[in-house]
Amino acid sequence: MKHTLSPQRYLILLAVMLTASIGDTLLSHGMKQVGPVSVAHLGMLLAAIKNPWVITGILCLLGFFASYLTALSWADLTFVLPATAFGYVVVALLSKFWLHETVSLDRWAGIILIVCGVGFVANGPSLTQHPPLENPADATMSGAQ
Amino acid sequence: MIAAAPIQTSVFETWATIVTVAATAVAGDVLTAGAMRRIGDLDLIRAHSGLGGAIRAVVSSPMFLLGVVSMALSFFSLLFTLSNVEVSLAAPASASLTFLGNAFAARLFLKENVDRRRWLAALFVCAGVFLLSK
Repeated sequence: MKHTLSPQRYLILLAVMLTASIGDTLLSHGMKQVGPVSVAHLGMLLAAIKNPWVITGILCLLGFFASYLTALSWADLTFVLPATAFGYVVVALLSKFWLHETVSLDRWAGIILIVCGVGFVANGPSLTQHPPLENPADATMSGAQ
Repeated sequence: MIAAAPIQTSVFETWATIVTVAATAVAGDVLTAGAMRRIGDLDLIRAHSGLGGAIRAVVSSPMFLLGVVSMALSFFSLLFTLSNVEVSLAAPASASLTFLGNAFAARLFLKENVDRRRWLAALFVCAGVFLLSK
């Protein structure tokens, strides 16, 4: 078991988890205020872009994409993806403890499965090393197995 | 599970649209991940040529742009699927299939070392996402 990421990189992964779920939640809250948008009334989307919740949601999702791409530049896709799934767990826990919604037994089982899945991957190496020096900078930076 | 789909949509159509959503999502993820691997460590690029340089490096990669197009296709096929198939089936099924598909594609195309630990993670997350969105 070897941890190959610096604390700063764990922060990026944390940003991946949080920004996606918080961004989605903010967008959904904002769009509920804006009301349904149909193809015939696309002008409604302009109103949506003026909604502060929607603006903050879009900024969060931009932050998500930036941190996701940064993570992919030094870690494997199969390492980063479980982290994005952890965002679902964050939403479920937020809805339980902040919005006081009931979380069903199915959803608790789902939360436990995702936490286990993320735990398996987080304990392993973050980047596959290929024998030829494909990207020497990576090897010195992350020192993965 | 299949009975959740509206009557007018056949089982084949239901799963064909769900698989399309997952396949385009996997293509998007693998293409962007492949592009980022080629571009190299963004932290290093940013330290060397600033945030603007890092953004330029990403946006000027054809592979990355192709990945974004695939992600957009996946988004629109999800919208199409949601108009024909119930969300309680379409959303968790496509998300779970995407997780499994990504593990296969990362091994096949990105030559990632998908060891037993990562397979287990993909399966657990896939099942977890399905249960969570029920």
